[in-house]
Amino acid sequence: MSVPLLVATLLVMSSVAYFFGRRRAFAVAQGRLRSLHSLPAYYGLYVSIWCGLPALLLLGLWVSFEGTIITKLVVGGLPEEIRNLGPDRLNLVVNDIQNLVRGSIVSSKPDAAMRAAAERYASLQSISHAAMFVVAIAIAILAAALTLTRIRPQQRARNAVERILLWTLIASSTLAILTTVGIVLSVLFESIRFFHAVPITEFLFGLDWSPQIAIRADQVGSSGAFGAVPVFAGTLMITLIAMLVAVPVGLMSAIYLSEYASARLRATAKPALEILAGIPTVVYGFFAALIVAPFLRDNGALLGLNIASESALAAGLVMGIMIIPFVSSLSDDVMNAVPQALRDGAYGMGATQAETIRRVIFPAALPGIVGAVLLAVSRAIGETMIVVMAAGLAANLSANPFQAVTTVTVQIVTLLIGDQEFDSPKTLAAFALGLVLFAVTLCLNVIALYIVRRYREQYE
Amino acid sequence: MSNAAATSAAGGGAARRHVDIVMAGMARRRAAERRFRLYGRIAIGVGLFFLVVLFGSIVSNGYSAFWQTELRLDVKLDASQIDPQGGRDPAILGRADYGGIIKHRLREMFPEVHGRRDRIALYGLVSNGAAFELRARVLANPSLIGQTVSLWVPADDDVDMLMKGKIKRAGPEKDRRLKDNQLRWIDQLKADGRLEKRFNVNFFTRGDSRDPELAGIWGAAVGSFYTLIVTLLLSFPLGVAAAVYLEEFAPRNRWTDLIEVNINNLAAVPSIVFGLLGLAVFINFFGLPRSAPVVGGLVLTLMTLPTIIIASRAALKSVPPSIREAALGVGASPMQAMIYHVLPLAMPGMLTGTIIGMAQALGETAPLLMIGMVAFIADIPRGAFDPATVLPVQIYLWADSPERAYVERTSAAIMVLLAFLIAMNLFAVMMRKRFERRW
Repeated sequence: MSVPLLVATLLVMSSVAYFFGRRRAFAVAQGRLRSLHSLPAYYGLYVSIWCGLPALLLLGLWVSFEGTIITKLVVGGLPEEIRNLGPDRLNLVVNDIQNLVRGSIVSSKPDAAMRAAAERYASLQSISHAAMFVVAIAIAILAAALTLTRIRPQQRARNAVERILLWTLIASSTLAILTTVGIVLSVLFESIRFFHAVPITEFLFGLDWSPQIAIRADQVGSSGAFGAVPVFAGTLMITLIAMLVAVPVGLMSAIYLSEYASARLRATAKPALEILAGIPTVVYGFFAALIVAPFLRDNGALLGLNIASESALAAGLVMGIMIIPFVSSLSDDVMNAVPQALRDGAYGMGATQAETIRRVIFPAALPGIVGAVLLAVSRAIGETMIVVMAAGLAANLSANPFQAVTTVTVQIVTLLIGDQEFDSPKTLAAFALGLVLFAVTLCLNVIALYIVRRYREQYE
Repeated sequence: MSNAAATSAAGGGAARRHVDIVMAGMARRRAAERRFRLYGRIAIGVGLFFLVVLFGSIVSNGYSAFWQTELRLDVKLDASQIDPQGGRDPAILGRADYGGIIKHRLREMFPEVHGRRDRIALYGLVSNGAAFELRARVLANPSLIGQTVSLWVPADDDVDMLMKGKIKRAGPEKDRRLKDNQLRWIDQLKADGRLEKRFNVNFFTRGDSRDPELAGIWGAAVGSFYTLIVTLLLSFPLGVAAAVYLEEFAPRNRWTDLIEVNINNLAAVPSIVFGLLGLAVFINFFGLPRSAPVVGGLVLTLMTLPTIIIASRAALKSVPPSIREAALGVGASPMQAMIYHVLPLAMPGMLTGTIIGMAQALGETAPLLMIGMVAFIADIPRGAFDPATVLPVQIYLWADSPERAYVERTSAAIMVLLAFLIAMNLFAVMMRKRFERRW
């Protein structure tokens, strides 16, 4: 019996339990429904929850730990010489055993010991499955029967059901914290392993980045170099170019739309600009790599400029386009929050509209705008697809926007795509870069959100 | 102005000087005003210009992918070749040499072609998929055996590109993908009416392929579908539950503040970081299969949750407190008031937020690269645990392929993806318009 089928069975049982519980409530009320503390449906729900929830929780735990425990048992039963292999080789053997069980392709020719282990694995697995099935169903039936027999008119079924519901709500809301913790732990652990191999100062301040590690020890460049400064510099340059495009255009369109535009223009131009925000980044990447980059290269050649086909300029320009609506809608909100009284005061002094905006509204909205720009910077730093498709792989330490540079996200993607051993510094470097990325964007976000919040409170 | 004039008439010289000073600067100030407005117009113009260029270039690059050059072959299905025993057994029919039949037919059409190299060049005009089409045709209808069937098969991608004018005939022969003799054959076939651009069914029904003319988006679309289903099933209940707790039940304390700060932060964390989380936790720790839509769905769930929670909280906030108070007043418990009265009223807003979150998830690429959904997968996935890819990743893969024919297919896939996104967003806007209530 497969796990999905078991889950379905439990769900069916728990919905049947609902009707039993409800019937039981009617029965114990003996026709005087007012003697019941809660509505009959709550007694049904109560029984149904007790029937389904413990069994499903157990099932979840069982499925998540079954594999590890069985593997441990099987490895314990392997002959001595196999168990004494290194952890990597042992992993390979375990993989082979699992593949043998599944009947798929095996990397080495199975010998007798492997076959025996595979059989043991299969038998343990079937025992575990059978036990899981029996235990889960038994728990469901027992819990349902126990709660059914204990139904009394005075029982506070509604309160019990609502308490469980409330705990479910609380559990869902903590998922956000769990996610953050998960992110921090997963990047942190791998990064610490990386910093054992490469000192953290070398990583943060080294000027040479070439993470290729040769397969044979005697090959050229076999050590790999993990100085991330060129990568950081490339990220900053592309972000800067993006901001040079996005901030003026976004800010000016926000000013025009919020202060000057007629209602009709606003109703069409604002959603049109926001379409730019809804376009998937992979589309921008394609646009940058296939249209903008060749266009810049060809026109640069006409002007006598030598623009690489994977130039920072193309990636930054397109990233700027992507961020325009982000800047404009945030600054639009911010400027709309400036009280009308400030505008009226400025007009009353005889200022023109442009002067009011530049001298009164803009300074008043500045903190909020700074917050918006910081959020935009954080988005630009973390943007992946545009740079993966349009920026280069070579880590050049250069201030020339016509050259190819690489970014943190590009390196993460290139280091992690494909099959890698999980303990080479090359793979772990991606997690260290991820840690830097997460830390930087987190700081930017916290500062930006704080500024925006303070600013809102100021005028509320 | 009339005010200033009045004072000047009454007050004399000093006031008149003020007016003059003000008036002297007016031309400059009005010019500055006009310039400022112009900057604003230029900024909006720039934004809209980029939008038009983006859509224009994608449509102009991609619309041609919906047609594919096909070649009409009249193949004789010889029973002795396909079904020597005559038992019409599908296993035997499936094993026959259909490629050979097609090659034989090509040699018949051009009897003057001799020599190995020329023949290979001739066979190269037809896609590798032609044999599969013939096979599928025969297996579907074995009664065709013994007859001569007229069959449209896809031409090679180079022929397709030539027919669409994307590669040139001119230039030295050694630089060209199609050689002189091939061009001659193509012209002859065209003159015979055997080479035609027909609607590209393969593009919508097949999975990925190394041959551009056989590559389709159906595999990626199905992968996207499974991924989104997983995302929806997880993120909608979780998001609504979290929003309900935070908005309706949570006490104001440090813990709930922490949760709120976390949610706001997660909304701004780069998507690739979620990919790292998925790789480290779901794949390495829990041992879920690589490239599977389940893992993709889990990662996208974590990514879209903040969006859904924020939208759901806004929807709950917009339900007036009088509804809650009325329910509590007639004796409902807080939980009952929420489930039976507040939640139904907030549901349209929550659904709108969820659709927008799903649209984001549909366009997301970077985290899925991390969990191995970039593998080349030609099969159509049959479940959420099968290896699969999704539409945006398919676009990324094709954009990286060197063949010229993939450019138009990438653009066409982008058009399909954008069509889905526009449809989802329009649906969300319509729902908002339809159910929006002002209290």
